[in-house]
Amino acid sequence: MKVSITVNGKAVSGEIEGRTLLVQFLREGLGLTGTHVGCDTSQCGACVVHVNGKAVKSCTAFAADLEGAKITTIEGMNNADGSLGTVQQAFQDHHGLQCGFCTPGMVMSSAALLAENPKPSEDEIRHYLEGNICRCTGYHNIVKAVLAASGQDADQIAAE
Amino acid sequence: MHNFEFVKPSSVADAVAALKDEDALALSGGQTLMPTMKQRLAAPSKLVSLTGIAEMQGVRQSGGVLEIGAATPHAVVAREAAAVYPALAALAGGIGDPAVRNVGTIGGSLANNDPAACYPSAALASGATIVTNAREIAADDFFQGLFSTALEEGEIITAVRFPIPQKAAYAKFEQPASRFALTGAFVAKYAGGVRVAITGASEDGVFRWSEGEAALSSNFSPAALSGLSVSADGMMGDLHGTPAYRANLVKVMTQRAVAAAS
Ligand SMILES: Cc1cc2nc3c(=O)[nH]c(=O)nc-3n(C[C@H](O)[C@H](O)[C@H](O)COP(=O)(O)OP(=O)(O)OC[C@H]3O[C@@H](n4cnc5c(N)ncnc54)[C@H](O)[C@@H]3O)c2cc1C
Ligand code: FES
Ligand code: FES
Repeated sequence: MKVSITVNGKAVSGEIEGRTLLVQFLREGLGLTGTHVGCDTSQCGACVVHVNGKAVKSCTAFAADLEGAKITTIEGMNNADGSLGTVQQAFQDHHGLQCGFCTPGMVMSSAALLAENPKPSEDEIRHYLEGNICRCTGYHNIVKAVLAASGQDADQIAAE
Repeated sequence: MHNFEFVKPSSVADAVAALKDEDALALSGGQTLMPTMKQRLAAPSKLVSLTGIAEMQGVRQSGGVLEIGAATPHAVVAREAAAVYPALAALAGGIGDPAVRNVGTIGGSLANNDPAACYPSAALASGATIVTNAREIAADDFFQGLFSTALEEGEIITAVRFPIPQKAAYAKFEQPASRFALTGAFVAKYAGGVRVAITGASEDGVFRWSEGEAALSSNFSPAALSGLSVSADGMMGDLHGTPAYRANLVKVMTQRAVAAAS
């Protein structure tokens, strides 16, 4: 069967099977390998993308169910001139990543949070990122990065 | 995962017709069904998506009843039920994580009837009505043990009607890895009495704690439960909690829910 969707502003279509996962369509079909698969069991959040503006785990969505949807992936988060977008830049500035495996999902979830809640508190950030697992950073610098991306003082939280 | 035919009807009637095929299954948010299919514990020949059916979406109030379309995601309930039935909205907002809440639906949760799921306790404690394409089923008759419900083959939930209580709260002792309820209590106070439904504890799935209901109907306070004890017989036991631990949580979580509702 065929599916037509918009990915990072571009209309794309492709031949898929019923069982094709959104993440497979993105990575294998479109070569957008920025979206990672950490678990494939909807536990880790590395595969989070935006579907019509909402954070969704792309390992647990069928491409066939998304006909006509607007998808944004990590590849669509930079500025028009190619420089890092606000959330990405904040992750770099605050050392919100180490190995980087969780980072695409972290950035997409953080951006979804900021779209819903432009000035989240530390607690709200930690709560919202519950579905995103990071084995490296201990989360502290991720929380700082999200605070900074929202224009708040990242040093307001205790250094740990 | 085995391959299957995928269809996405835009009406309940078309979905019901598509589900007549042998081995066809309904797909709502997929947050339970997709992992099950990945493990090949389910291998439908056809999936019928319910997410394109407008009549199965949305939260609406009429009189003392809140009706939720079965394909409404948890995040929408968390937002749109907040003013009318805050305890139900809070329950929806506490399911899983944001990405799960953006797609997982109330109909999928009730049809699945996971013994540790949150929504079954709200439906049972509220005396909700489960509306299907064929009939209306009282919550008291709907839940029939672990992962089993009164639904017939090919029958789909289209909406759920919750009588709005005077006071209510859900208290969930969260299992931190899965974020499901290790034990959760939903308490709802109506003019006719108090209903208490417990999830996550019993080997038979969600149940009403009738002793607790009787005590709270005469005195709606946490203290009214202090003299009661819950038997560990028939409670689930696993690495996260023994049957005795869960039996104690039934009382503790109910008391917390009452305190939050008062
Ligand atoms: C990481 C994670 C954390 C979670 N945490 C929680 C939690 O804390 N509490 C909680 O309660 N749940 C939790 N869940 C489960 C979540 O709420 C699911 O959304 C829900 O169990 C199933 O809903 P769904 O819409 O995804 O259904 P699906 O997975 O699409 O379907 C589930 C089953 O129901 C059937 N079905 C679906 N819709 C209908 C319908 N309208 N009529 C008849 N049958 C139907 C399907 O055929 C299938 O058998 C979690 C899930 C994940 C992945
Ligand atoms: S890969 Fe999707 S949640 Fe882990
Ligand atoms: S940076 Fe390595 S998993 Fe998060």
